[in-house]
Amino acid sequence: MADETLFDAVEQGPQTRHEAPEDLTSVPAEVPAHPSVAALRAKFGDAVGAHQLHAGDEHVVFVDSDHIFEVLEYLQQEPDHHYEFLLDLTAVDYGGGKPIQVVYQLWSMAHHRSLRVKVELPLDGLTVASVEPLWRTADWLEREVYDLFGVTFEGHPDLRRILMPDNYAEGHPLRKDFPLRGRFSRAEQTRRALGLHVEDNYTDMEMELGRDPQLVAEESDGSLPGDAPTTVGPMDGSRVRTDGPPMDAAASDIDVAADDAAGDDATDPVAETEKE
Amino acid sequence: MSTRTVEYAVGRTPEMGVDGQPAYGPMAPIDLPEPELGSENMLINIGPQHPATHGVLRLVCELDGETVVKVIPHIGYLHSGFEKLGEYRGWNQVVPLTDRMDYLAPLIYNCAYVMSVEKLMGIEVTERCKVVRVILMELDRIFGHLLWLGTTAIDVGAFTPFLYAFQEREKIYTLHESLTGARITTSATRVGGMMADLPEGWAEACREFVNELPRTLDEVDYLLTTNAIHLGRTQDIGVISAEDAINCGFTGPNLRASGVPYDVRKDRPYYDYETYDFDVPVGEHGDCYDRYLCRMEEMRQSMRIIHQALDRLPDGPIDIDDPNVVLPSKTDCMNDMESMIHHFKLITEGIEAPVGESWFSVEGSKGELGMYVVSDGGSKPVRWRVRPPSFVNLSVIPRLAEGHLVSDLIMINASLDIVLGEIDR
Repeated sequence: MADETLFDAVEQGPQTRHEAPEDLTSVPAEVPAHPSVAALRAKFGDAVGAHQLHAGDEHVVFVDSDHIFEVLEYLQQEPDHHYEFLLDLTAVDYGGGKPIQVVYQLWSMAHHRSLRVKVELPLDGLTVASVEPLWRTADWLEREVYDLFGVTFEGHPDLRRILMPDNYAEGHPLRKDFPLRGRFSRAEQTRRALGLHVEDNYTDMEMELGRDPQLVAEESDGSLPGDAPTTVGPMDGSRVRTDGPPMDAAASDIDVAADDAAGDDATDPVAETEKE
Repeated sequence: MSTRTVEYAVGRTPEMGVDGQPAYGPMAPIDLPEPELGSENMLINIGPQHPATHGVLRLVCELDGETVVKVIPHIGYLHSGFEKLGEYRGWNQVVPLTDRMDYLAPLIYNCAYVMSVEKLMGIEVTERCKVVRVILMELDRIFGHLLWLGTTAIDVGAFTPFLYAFQEREKIYTLHESLTGARITTSATRVGGMMADLPEGWAEACREFVNELPRTLDEVDYLLTTNAIHLGRTQDIGVISAEDAINCGFTGPNLRASGVPYDVRKDRPYYDYETYDFDVPVGEHGDCYDRYLCRMEEMRQSMRIIHQALDRLPDGPIDIDDPNVVLPSKTDCMNDMESMIHHFKLITEGIEAPVGESWFSVEGSKGELGMYVVSDGGSKPVRWRVRPPSFVNLSVIPRLAEGHLVSDLIMINASLDIVLGEIDR
C-alpha cells in the first residue's frame, strides 16, 4: 500500500502550494481594440461574449455556441477579416465541472492578424456545429477533439475516433476526470486487444470497399443478418463481435457511459456484449 | 517579404533530359489499348508495419487494378498520451516529452515549447540564448530535411542519396551529443535558458559542418534533380493548388511548394528572424517535385542563417538572471544558503506560471508548429496542446492520392514528410 502512495505522488507530479483561483477567465479589463472583435459585436450583438487579452498580444473572444458557425463563416469570408487559415482547433477542460472550451485559432494571411475564438460547452451539452464545410483542416482536428474530449461536432462527415482505437470503451482520455492510467486494468486492456478479430480493424465502410455494389445491395435486401460478422455500436463507431469471447464482467462496473458525450444514443459496448 | 521562386533548368517531360536529348528511362508511357479485365475493386491494407509508410501508419486502399480509388489513413498506433502526461508534469518536466514527438528534429520542439511558456510567463531570454536557439533550430531543420531526403529517395528507388544524407546526419548527431549528451532525445532547453551553454569548440564544429554540407547537397542535387526516373516519379504527382492547400491547413514546405509564401519566420518573426538575410523558396506546381525542390533550397537557406548567427553569437550569460525560474549552479548551491533554498524550492515545487494561456508557433521542419499552453497559476499546465504540422498535412493524403498509382501513393506519402511520433503524440 505504501508503494502505491509513493507511486501516486510520482505520477501526479509537482503539487502547487496554493489553490487555483475560482474564476480562471478573469483578466484585466483594459483590452486594446481588435478590428474583428468590434465588427463581430456590431454584427452578432449578444452572441459575442467576453473579449480578453492573453500573454501580451493574443486576443481571445468568446462566442455563443449556437452561433459559432455563422461567426466563423463571417470571419472567413468577409474581405475585411478574411481569416483563411484555421491554424488549430482544440479543446480545454479545466476540470471541476467547469464547461469545456473549444478553441479555434485563426490566422489571416491577407491582414497579418490572428484571433482565437472560444466556445464554452457545458458538460451535459457537448455539441457544437462542425466547421468542416468551411475549412477542410477541421476534419481531423474535430475528430481528435471528439476522440479525446467527447465533443460531438454536428454536420461532420465522418466523426469517429482517430487516435484511440475504434473499439476503445474507456471514455475520452483528455478529460480531467479520466485517470492517467486509464479506466480498465492492464489485464482487461490486454484481454480486449487479444479478443479482436481481423475484421475489427476495419470500419464498416472499409469492409464494403472493393465489393460489387450490386452484391452488397442483394445481401442487405436478402436473408437474416445472422451470419454478419459484427454488430456496430454507434458509440465512437466502436464495434463488438457478437460471437467473440466474452469480455470481463468486472469491466462493466465502471461507469463508462457517464463519461461519454451527452447526446450519444449509443449502447455501451460492454453492456451489449453481456446481453448476448 | 523577400521571396524567390525556384527556377527550373529542366523540362517537364520525363522522357526528355536536361539537354534536350531523349533520356531512355523506364518511365516512357506505353501506348496500348486497355484490356478488359472486369471491374471489381480490391481492398488493400498497407501497414502499420511497413517501411514505405515512414512509421506506424496504416493506409486502407481501394484499388481499381493499380489505380488508387480511395485511401483511408489510420493513425494512433504510436499514441502515447503526451498531452495528457504533460498535465501531470511541471513546466520544465514537459521538455523531455517534446523531443519524443518529432525525433527527427527534436531541438525545434524543445525550443518551441519553452518559447510558449516563456511568453506566458513574460520572460525575455538573453541575447545569446536567442542566437543559440536560432542556430539549433536551423540545424535541426537541416537534420529533419536530410532524413526526409534520404528516405524519400529510397522510395523512388535511389539508394545512394540515403547514404549521403545519413552520413551528414551523423555529424549533426555528434553536434547534438556534444551539446546535450544525447543524440536524439536532446531535451536541451529550459524555461529561461538552456540546459547548458555551448561547449568549447562547438561553434567551430558547427561552422565546419555547415561549410562541408553544400558539397553533399550538390552531389545529391546532381543525382536527383535532373534524374529522369526521379522526374517521372515526382512531377505532376500529388498536385494541390494554393487555395486548396490553405483550406486544408498545409504549412511549411508543402504549402510553399504550392506557391504560397507563408513562413512563420517571415510573417510573425520571433528571435530577430527579421534581421537575418534569407529567402523563402516558393514552388509553383504544388507537386512532389516542387516539394523536393523547396526542401533542398530550404537546407541551403538554413545554412545561410546559421552562418549569420554564428557570426553574431554574442558573449554573456545564456540563462536569465531570475532565481525563481532558473536553477542555480551546483557550486552556488553547495556554498550559498540562499541558492540552496532556491534550488530546493525549484526542484520540489517547480516554477509557477501566471493564470492565462499562450499560443506560440515556430516554423518547424515539417510546417507550422504551434504550442498552446494553459495555466491556472500552478506549477503544472492545465492543458498543453501541440499543433502538429504532420498531423494536418497527412490528413490531405486521401485527396492527393486519388487517381494515382499505388507506387505514387508511396511517393506522395513520402513527399509530405510526416513523422508518426508527432502525429500520434
